Amino acid sequence: MSEAITREIDRSQMQVSDEVAIEINAMNKWYGTFHVLRDINLTVHRGERIVIAGPSGSGKSTLIRCINRLEEHQSGKIVVDGVELTSDIKNIDKVRSEVGMVFQHFNLFPHLTILENCTLAPIWVRKVPKRQAEETAMHYLTKVKIPDQAHKYPGQLSGGQQQRVAIARSLCMKPRIMLFDEPTSALDPEMIKEVLDTMIELAEEGMTMLCVTHEMGFAQAVANRVIFMDQGQIVEQNNPYDFFNNPQSERTKLFLSQILGH
Amino acid sequence: MSDTHAQTVSFVRETMIEASPPPEKQAGAVKWLRENLFSGPVNTALTLLAILAIWFLINHFWNWVAHSVWNANSLNECRQIIRDTWGEGSTGACWAVIRERWNQYTFGFYPMDLYWRPTMSFGLLFVALAPVLFSESRKIRRIVLAVAAVVTLASMIQLNAPTPWLIFAAIVLIGGLIISERNNSWLLVFSLLYPFLGVWWLWGGSLWGPIMVIVGPVLGYIAWKLLGRISPILASVGMIGVTLFWWLALAGRAARDAENILSLAITPVNSDRFGGFLLSTTIGIAAIAISLPLGIVLALARRSDMFLVKSLAVMFIEFIRGVPLITLLFVASLLLNYFLPPGTNFDIILRVIIMVTIFAAAYMAEVIRGGLAALPKGQYEAADALGLDYWKAQRLIILPQALKISIPGIVSTFIGMFKDTTLVTFVGLYDPLKSMSDAVRASTAWKGIYWEPYIFVGAIFFIICFGMSRYSMYLERRLQRDHR
Ligand SMILES: Nc1ncnc2c1ncn2[C@@H]1O[C@H](COP(=O)(O)OP(=O)(O)OP(=O)(O)O)[C@@H](O)[C@H]1O
Ligand SMILES: [Mg+2]
Repeated sequence: MSEAITREIDRSQMQVSDEVAIEINAMNKWYGTFHVLRDINLTVHRGERIVIAGPSGSGKSTLIRCINRLEEHQSGKIVVDGVELTSDIKNIDKVRSEVGMVFQHFNLFPHLTILENCTLAPIWVRKVPKRQAEETAMHYLTKVKIPDQAHKYPGQLSGGQQQRVAIARSLCMKPRIMLFDEPTSALDPEMIKEVLDTMIELAEEGMTMLCVTHEMGFAQAVANRVIFMDQGQIVEQNNPYDFFNNPQSERTKLFLSQILGH
Repeated sequence: MSDTHAQTVSFVRETMIEASPPPEKQAGAVKWLRENLFSGPVNTALTLLAILAIWFLINHFWNWVAHSVWNANSLNECRQIIRDTWGEGSTGACWAVIRERWNQYTFGFYPMDLYWRPTMSFGLLFVALAPVLFSESRKIRRIVLAVAAVVTLASMIQLNAPTPWLIFAAIVLIGGLIISERNNSWLLVFSLLYPFLGVWWLWGGSLWGPIMVIVGPVLGYIAWKLLGRISPILASVGMIGVTLFWWLALAGRAARDAENILSLAITPVNSDRFGGFLLSTTIGIAAIAISLPLGIVLALARRSDMFLVKSLAVMFIEFIRGVPLITLLFVASLLLNYFLPPGTNFDIILRVIIMVTIFAAAYMAEVIRGGLAALPKGQYEAADALGLDYWKAQRLIILPQALKISIPGIVSTFIGMFKDTTLVTFVGLYDPLKSMSDAVRASTAWKGIYWEPYIFVGAIFFIICFGMSRYSMYLERRLQRDHR
């Protein structure tokens, strides 16, 4: 297990239900003529924690960005929470307000305070009264352990703190699914730990999570499925134990030997 | 020091070092001079040359300024005084022309007994602007509004304003001051009404005209609300249609009828009586106020994914930017006459304002587009990922940041446009720089006076533009949020 994860993991809440949260069927995507995602089939059940790994440029980010339509797919079908993603703006906005996303570079709004970052979407999208939105925001900021920074601006926080704010900001929308795109890869080691701890806590509460990450310790500790991608395709998927100890494909073995080897 | 430190490294500081002043050489005027002005032979030579040039200029100019005459009735009298006082052959500035003609420079040919009206409009403009420009500083608002109140009321008394209007102005100014202390956003109501009131005060006529203009969008809004239940596109079309129909077909008649029932008219003043700084500021302020939102819309349109919207924006911006402003002004003054049905009275100042506004808006659009392009893609993605729709994302996330980045460019455009208002001289309006000075020189008393009027007008323009520049720096500082 990675040294970054130090706490005991409580798996009691981490139950996977039969309910389908995300269904991706024969999905293809091109950037111009470049076939970036090829025949993706993936079913995610509610409560599942999926880690997506793979070499750089393999299409991991593109895949999870298709799930909240930051990227458009050209063929196949994506159904999130029972809503199919088409060019219908209403459906897109509906899916986006149910799916939280955390980015590699945080993407906090620098002109707003931490608290305003967290209350903006609930107030303007969910029409929550300001008072209540602020209470919710403080609740989640407390949860990610930075309630005292609420009135600062993002520029005044450390990277790890900013990423935890970004997580809190997503949580304030009460999403049913969380997407993480390399949330720790822009951070120093000690900050990685604080962010991973937050994510583990989230997993323990039964959040459905899709997480692109190179933190293999996190994958082993939390994920119930690891997906390995290469050249725009899902090459292998398995439970973490078998994925790490008994990889099937040559590509996976090579990848694992590279990232775990040294 | 801590124990752990002592264990890990083999050094422990026993006493702390007190702060000490920097070494002698690092501070002081001599060092500054040596480093900045005399750091080498070339630099030293350039410095000496520059000092010589400045001295030469001041020496020349100083005599002229020092020999200033403020009290005279004609240029000849002025010269006589200079000769008598400082001796034969000496030159001097004759500011007496400003003293005698300041009212023309300020108001043009506006009726003298109505000078109080533009004065009041200008004074109350600060009540309208303070909540917008200084929304975050009660202290600055207090100073601005207090000064505006004192100066405006004193000037109005001086200009023999009628007592009811004096009381009205006092109520607005002092009321504004009080409201600004309590809750700034209420003042914004006055800011929204000001354009209509200002037009009424300046041009006179019936208040029903501006009121009926306001009624247009109100009806449009009602149409939008009613049709919104059926379809959003129908609602937008309905809103624009109803507003335009009201303005073009009904507003004029409604205003006349209302005026017959209840008269709300004050002495009308025709556009050809406007001139000087009254004209410049009227055009300038109107164009500034309209070109900013118009520029934002154009910039967003140019970055839009919709082909038609984008192409229209590109064509508009490129066409307007590619044509000299004077051409647009000629179009406003001459060509429009051919296209308008005969007998329509389309005010010349309004036409000029429209042209100056779209000209400024085209530049503004490009400046703002630069700001939009400078925002990292992640900001758009984060807004999208949170489920904000296009307009909310623009309004809450994108524009506040993009506009902040664009402040220097926006203010530059404002400044350039304000100075360009002097070009209205080419369509027969009395701008302060050329037309007004020509008018002054046309009198026998001031024939042949050139420098003083130009310097005076230039100085006023400088003060206003410098003010805008300082405000933009204040705004940038206020919006400084990166903290790193
Ligand atoms: N906007 C785009 N236009 C064209 N090609 C793109 C675009 N975005 C990504 N790509 C290409 O698509 C491929 C997949 O990109 P993606 O960002 O999904 O990779 P990734 O697996 O997330 O890699 P990394 O681990 O480096 O983040 C890459 O080859 C990339 O060059
Ligand atoms: Mg990526």
